[in-house]
Parts: sequence; structure tokens; C-alpha cells
Amino acid sequence: MSTMTPESRRIIYRRPDALADKSTHYCPGCGHGIVHRVVAELLDELDLTARTIGVASVGCSVFAYDYFTVDFVESPHGRAPAVATGVRRMRPDAFVFTYQGDGDLAAIGAAEIVGAAARGERFSVIFVNNGIYGMTGGQMAPTTLLGQRTSSSPLGRDAALAGYPIPITEMLALMPGVSYAARGSIADPPSVGRTKAFLRRAFENQVSGEGMSIVEILSTCPVGWGLTPTESMEHVARDVVKTYPLGVLVDRRKDAAARSAEG
Amino acid sequence: MTTATRPILMKGNEAMAEAAVQAGCDAYFGYPITPQAELLEWMARRMPELGRVFIQAESELGAINMALGAAAAGARVLVSSSSPGISLMAEAMSYMAGSELPVVLINVMRGGPGLGSIGASQSDYFQATKGHGHGDYRVPVLAPSSIAEAVGMVADAFEIAERYRTPVMILTDGVMGQAMEPVVPAYRTPPRLSETWSLSGADGREPRVVRSLNLKPDDLEVHNVALQAKFATISEHEVRWAGEHLDDAEIAVVAYGTAARVARTAIERAREHGLPVGIFRPITLWPFPSAELAALAPRLRAILVLELSSGQMVEDVRLAVEGRAPVFFHGRTGGMVPTPGEVVDELRRAWATTIPIDDPAWVDEAAAEPDPLSLIEQGAWAATGIGR
Repeated sequence: MSTMTPESRRIIYRRPDALADKSTHYCPGCGHGIVHRVVAELLDELDLTARTIGVASVGCSVFAYDYFTVDFVESPHGRAPAVATGVRRMRPDAFVFTYQGDGDLAAIGAAEIVGAAARGERFSVIFVNNGIYGMTGGQMAPTTLLGQRTSSSPLGRDAALAGYPIPITEMLALMPGVSYAARGSIADPPSVGRTKAFLRRAFENQVSGEGMSIVEILSTCPVGWGLTPTESMEHVARDVVKTYPLGVLVDRRKDAAARSAEG
Repeated sequence: MTTATRPILMKGNEAMAEAAVQAGCDAYFGYPITPQAELLEWMARRMPELGRVFIQAESELGAINMALGAAAAGARVLVSSSSPGISLMAEAMSYMAGSELPVVLINVMRGGPGLGSIGASQSDYFQATKGHGHGDYRVPVLAPSSIAEAVGMVADAFEIAERYRTPVMILTDGVMGQAMEPVVPAYRTPPRLSETWSLSGADGREPRVVRSLNLKPDDLEVHNVALQAKFATISEHEVRWAGEHLDDAEIAVVAYGTAARVARTAIERAREHGLPVGIFRPITLWPFPSAELAALAPRLRAILVLELSSGQMVEDVRLAVEGRAPVFFHGRTGGMVPTPGEVVDELRRAWATTIPIDDPAWVDEAAAEPDPLSLIEQGAWAATGIGR
């Protein structure tokens, strides 16, 4: 029988330094924990933790300020892109990200995200889309799928009454001030890996001085959806991606590189 | 710091903007609205040429939240707007009061409600002094009544904001914003205080969080008690007011800002007509100079409150005076400014309908009032017909 010596042990998985040693208040099966971890891993890997200022927005993820070991400012509902603008302009050397939900970014904060995108503000947007207002009890959001039952669309979202899901990341991808836009999900480990690659690209864009970078992450709300955690993940992988297809929506740095290679 | 001493002619909005630049303002955020647009325009040219932050935001919501972010990052921040825009800023003012962030906000008031008019008004007094946004908080409010005073006040506002970690409002109006007056361009740059709360990245120190959320009621109560203690300290130390001709005054006009300018002309005329009138001019609207006004009131035959509103500050005057003197009100609204003649008429009315404070007849009459008990003892009550 062989035993491992301490010298031969190798740490292959541990809590990132950027993630606080705390248990979160998030519900079982909620995607925020996965997204937090991926973001924290990247802050460490890109050596950004000590110069990061996060902007927490209203919703379940407002408590992000408790879970990352970085400076944080709390923003009023939807205003995180404006708050981040003030932070980033005042601290040009800082790494700044907003962490926003879909009600926050696509409804009440639509003007602020569009304004910041138009100005090409140099921060990164982590846009966690679970299709409802989770914190207030699962009401319909602008991102809610057609036919989806929520506590404020009890018979299912009817386009005639409540309009259509907003493809806001596609809209933002059209804007020249947005250097990078992509959509990932946390539905299964391969998707988490791809999402991390999107976030890495987004963060690197900010570090190299490019305009706004945004990664939309399709996430879950088992409690709000009335599904188990497993069913929730399956719902994202099977249904939600039909309305919100995964992939890179724009990568202007890559496009410019391709053009100069051709030229 | 500029050391020029020769007065130059400056427009109010531009003078306040330049005073902020000279006070060391790091960042300005605004959105176009009359009658304060020149302030934004002045900053649009001056801030970038000094390598400082200027952003014309997508809305007043955007502007004030950029201010919130910049203040959290340790900036000396100015935001300006006019009444409807200030309404949009109420949300973030509450967040900044709760998060204890220093920022200076200039409101160049116009007529309301709604889109109203672009004429000068003082109809945002309640909004400015009673909290502005939601929640239990106060914001120091400074009210200049000349452009020269406004220039000095900008540096003072930054100083108060940073000393107490609070938003501070300079409450002025369309006349003050648009008028040109001689200003001595001798500006002041308040020193920076050392602090340990602003965000710069947690490099070699514990992470910092700037927030107003305290989900546990007991935590929030502790926070609110601390905020109220701060407001009490501000009330104790930051009250400002100015008096003119109060030594021999029997009537005091209480007015601030542009209304105080009208009042000054009016009392000169009233004095020519023999009315002993003075001015009590609150400079801080919150904290309101209540104790000072209460001390003055017993010497007065009447108080006339003059406002460019339907009567807002008059409520604070009545609360301060607590019946020690009769309080009259005169106001014009919608962008209309009262004439000095109107004010003199109101002073005459107040004079004619009040009792002289040293009137011996009034004193004797009070003294001569028979005591009902003594009447009963004297059996005189029967003569009054009572009990017959």
C-alpha cells in the first residue's frame, strides 16, 4: 500500500482568493454561485483581484459584495452602468465590472446600459439572465419567455398583453462602443467552461483598453420557476437557448485583427 | 487658486461652475435643462482641458448615479440640474445619504409642478429640505442670494459634504442662474481630508464596501441612529443666516435667495415710509436657523415670509416662532417674481393689522382684565347676570 507524501500532493481545486470564505444566501440550484466562482477564478488568473472594483445591483446578487474579496459599491436598481461609469472614469487603473440581473439591466436599467454602451465605457458587464425577478418572488421580466408562467403572468406570457422577450445583448452588440458581447450558460459543465472563456475574453478586452464588454449568462431560478435544480438546468439547456442562442455576438478586436490580416 | 481681486462680471451658472473647478472638483456629471444649461456647458469646456472628468449623461438618473460611483471612488463631485431633473435624482440622493457619500448638487430652480416654466422659482423648498428622496435623512441645503455669495458657497459645500460624508445641495433659482453680477474671482480650494472608506481596489488591505443596504432591521436601526446623530451635529454646527436692519426692526421679512434680494429693496422703501423693517435671511435652509429666529420673534410685531412659491419655508418659520409673533406670507409662483411695491403693501397690511409690541394700552388691557375668581369672591358675578 502506497501513501502520498506531502510533496507529491497537488492542489487541483480550491477556493479562489477573490471569493470570500462564506456560504452564500443563494437558493439550491441557483446559478449565481457558479457565476461568482467563475468570475473569482478569472480575477485571480488575470491578476486583477487587488485592483478590482465591483458594482452590485439590486436583486438577489446585490449581496455579491459579501462574496468577493474586492472593493464593491452598491448601485440603485438598474443604475449599475452609470455607477460603474463614475468609478471607472475616476479610477482609470482599476478593473471594474457590474454584476446585473435581467430585470435590472433589461427593464429598469435599459437606458443606463445603452448610455454606457454608446459611450464605450471601459468596464465589463456580467449579465445574469434567469428570465424572472427572483428576489421579489418570481415576477415576469422583460426576458421572460413567451408562454412562461410567472407570478405576474400566471397564464403564461402573452405577447399581445406583455410583448416579447428583449434580445438586449444582441441590441448592445450592434453598438460600436461595445467591443465584445457573448452569451453563455451555466446549464452543464461544458457550458460553464465556454462561459468562462467568454468572460476571460471580456475581461481581457477591458484590460487592453477596449470599450464595454458584456457577457450574458443564462442562469436558473428553481424556486421562482417551480422546478427542481436539475429540471432548471435542463430547462435552460433545452428551452431557454431557443430564445437566447449561445455564442459570441460581436468581437471587434478579433474582427479588426482579421481585417488587418486580410488588408 | 486664483488671487485676482478686481471684480469681473459673471453669469450665475458660469460663476458657480468656475468656483467648482477652482475648488478642485474632480468630476462633473449633468444633463441639459434650463435654466442651468450654462453650468453644464462651462464644465464641458473646462473639465476636459484640465484632464478632469466631464460626462453629459443619458439622463439625470445617469448623471447622479455616475456621481455616486465617482464619489465612492473618492472623487470631489459636482452635479447640477433644475427642478424636474432634480426629481429624477431623488432616488440616488437617498442612496448617497444612506451610503454616506459626499457630493455637491446644484438645483437652479424653475417653476413647477410638472414641466412648469423656466422662470425663477423657489417651489422645491420642501423637496430640498425635507429629505428629497425616500427614507429618513436630511441633506444640508445652502441658499445664496447673490452670485458672489454663490461662488464662496461652492467651496463651502464641498467642505461640508466631505467633513460629514453627506450630499449637500445648493438651492438657487433661475434669476440667480441667469443674472450677471460682479464677482471677485478669488476662489478657495478646500483641503482634502484623509479618509479610509473610498474604493481604489483592495490592494494590501481589507476590501471596502460602499452601500446603503442593511437587510436586518436591527442593523439598519443602528445605522440610522448613527445617521441621525450626524444630522444633529450638522444642525448644531452648520446653521447660517444673515440679518439686516434687525436691531430696531418691529417687522422682519424672512426670505432667502432671490426673494431676499426683492425684500432688501422693499425694506429700504418701507423704511423711507417710516416702517421699521429688517430682513432675516436663512442661508442654510436645512439646518434651518430656528433657534435664532425664535430668539428674535418676541421682539417683533410681525413676521412676513416672502417666497417664490405658494408658501413652503413659511411652515418652518411658524414651527420656529411657535406663536411668539404673528406670521404673514406673501408669495408668487410659476416663475413670477414679486415686486418690491407688492412687498411694501404686504408690510403695510401686517403693520396695520397687528398690535404694537410696546403699546401700553395693549399691556394695560391685559393687566386690567379682571380675574373671574376675584369677581366671584366680590360677589360681582351676580351683576354680570351669570347664575341668575
